[in-house]
Amino acid sequence: MKFIKKPLLKEKLKKLFEKYSLIDKKIFHDKILKMEYFQKEIEKLKESKLKELQFERLKKVFNYAKEKIPFYKKLYEKAGIKNLTSLNDLKNIPFTKKNDLRDNYPFKMFACPIENVFEIHASSGTTGKLTVVGYTKNDIEVWSEVMARSLVCAGVKKGDIIHNAYGYGLFTGGLGVHYGALKLGVTVIPVSAGQTQRQLMIIQDFKSTVLTCTPSYSLYMAEEAKTMGINPKKTTIRIGILGAEPWTEGMRKKIEEEWDMIALDIYGLSEIIGPGVAMECEGKDGLHIWADHFLPEVINPDTGETLEEGEEGELVLTTLTKEALPMIRYRTGDIVKINYSECPYCKRTMPRISKIKGRIDDMLIIRGVNVFPSQIETVLTKIPEVSPYYQLVVSREKYLDKLEVRVEITEKAFSDEIKKLEELEKKIQRAIEGVIGLSVSVKLVEPKSIERSMGKAKRVIDLRKELKEEK
Amino acid sequence: MSIKQISIFLENRLGRLNEVVSILAKNKINIRALSLADKADYGILRLIVNDRNKAIKVLKKNNFTVDQTDVISAEVEDKPGGLAKILGYLVENGISVEYIYAFVEKSNKKAVVVFKTEDIKKAEKVLKKNKVKLLKESDIKKI
Repeated sequence: MKFIKKPLLKEKLKKLFEKYSLIDKKIFHDKILKMEYFQKEIEKLKESKLKELQFERLKKVFNYAKEKIPFYKKLYEKAGIKNLTSLNDLKNIPFTKKNDLRDNYPFKMFACPIENVFEIHASSGTTGKLTVVGYTKNDIEVWSEVMARSLVCAGVKKGDIIHNAYGYGLFTGGLGVHYGALKLGVTVIPVSAGQTQRQLMIIQDFKSTVLTCTPSYSLYMAEEAKTMGINPKKTTIRIGILGAEPWTEGMRKKIEEEWDMIALDIYGLSEIIGPGVAMECEGKDGLHIWADHFLPEVINPDTGETLEEGEEGELVLTTLTKEALPMIRYRTGDIVKINYSECPYCKRTMPRISKIKGRIDDMLIIRGVNVFPSQIETVLTKIPEVSPYYQLVVSREKYLDKLEVRVEITEKAFSDEIKKLEELEKKIQRAIEGVIGLSVSVKLVEPKSIERSMGKAKRVIDLRKELKEEK
Repeated sequence: MSIKQISIFLENRLGRLNEVVSILAKNKINIRALSLADKADYGILRLIVNDRNKAIKVLKKNNFTVDQTDVISAEVEDKPGGLAKILGYLVENGISVEYIYAFVEKSNKKAVVVFKTEDIKKAEKVLKKNKVKLLKESDIKKI
């Protein structure tokens, strides 16, 4: 590894910051920042070397889980799996699912006694029972490390100020980013979610340069900024590290326009570790998954069969280094494609997953056709007359599923003639139908009438489910 | 010669129309004329008010989608055939009407129609040539 004189680098950056005083974000970004790595050796590890490392670690975690956790012991005895001879054996190992965590609530999936667990997080599911995850001291160290890698991958440097608007608390988003920032040694403002106007004041006054939150919240912040008379483009924010919900390229374009920043996707889930499982670089061509810690596979969600590189399916992850909560072949429910080639932009060799198309849970089956909210988002973000806020309402009328797309009209598109609004509705309707191949109805609604979310946006209202539950 | 009408996008929700007129009332804005074009899910409320700029400002502040459009406002003889005469001039010149609504002027008890045509300038010219009295913005403020 090349030796970098750290104080010198710091001095140099400091001077550059002064010179450009972050006024012209574009100049600062394009001319000054060069691609860097947090752990260059591992991030650019040769594929064969990575596979060796993965297999070594896989064997270890497999035996460790089997030995320490009764759940795994039973699972593998039943499946008749004793030893692993190569990475290929992975496909014979049974999957684990979210329900396994719920069934073993709260701590039965932990591999170590509670006194070794330094931190506990939990996420609430729709069913009410919490999904509980734990971390040993070393797990927190790994988490900090992958998050620091992710921040550097996004272009974060010393001197940056991270405005961290992910929620702090049981949710892993806030603390995950926080640990990464501490590890990397950049300033982090633990502002958490909520109180949007105060957040914007902080961004302005503290001159934050990196915004971390959900993509939908970043849009809401921009909207709110304008009502306060703040131009989000003129803030010092230059990078957005956005995640915790699937979002489309169209949404990225909108967000980048609103903020005049580079918006990058971060992926993670608490069952695996939290944010920092995978991160986009500025090439925006897939998320680099830190595969020395998290072994990815893509499977056919119906058959469970492992898919080839480039085929779309469900992401399955195995934690290779986790101590408190090792997860082996965990079904994430996220739909992706995987790419094992070296990134042409940043030259990292870690495999890349595509932007999440959606969650299997979010997939709507309408009259037998699979529809992802992201498909509709892609269409809507291409239509300038509507805002990127939308809601899908699915109902059943006379045994037939109906999909209504609620879209907010923008001031620019509003006309005093019904005829023109009807034309707009038809235009949206045709565009959506062209993509999903189903007839839909489009309903124009007033601006700002669709609920804004501080965290994950609620895009789907399925009245069919409510009907079922009432029965 | 045309006047400005304001239009507001309204979702069909109970009390939404009342919200608009209440906001105007609170700000002491008087409605001269109004019409509501309605569809199943939403409507467009079109208004002629005495203080347009203020109305737009307060409605926008309350998150309403507001637009303004040029429309023609013409006096009509308050007797059978009054409107037919005016529309006749437009038809003869191939000008079609997008929408129309009417109110009665208090001072001289004349009827006033407000309408939008495809080519406003041309419509004005035709009506003026036929000696139809068109109202100006200042006339609206006086009513």
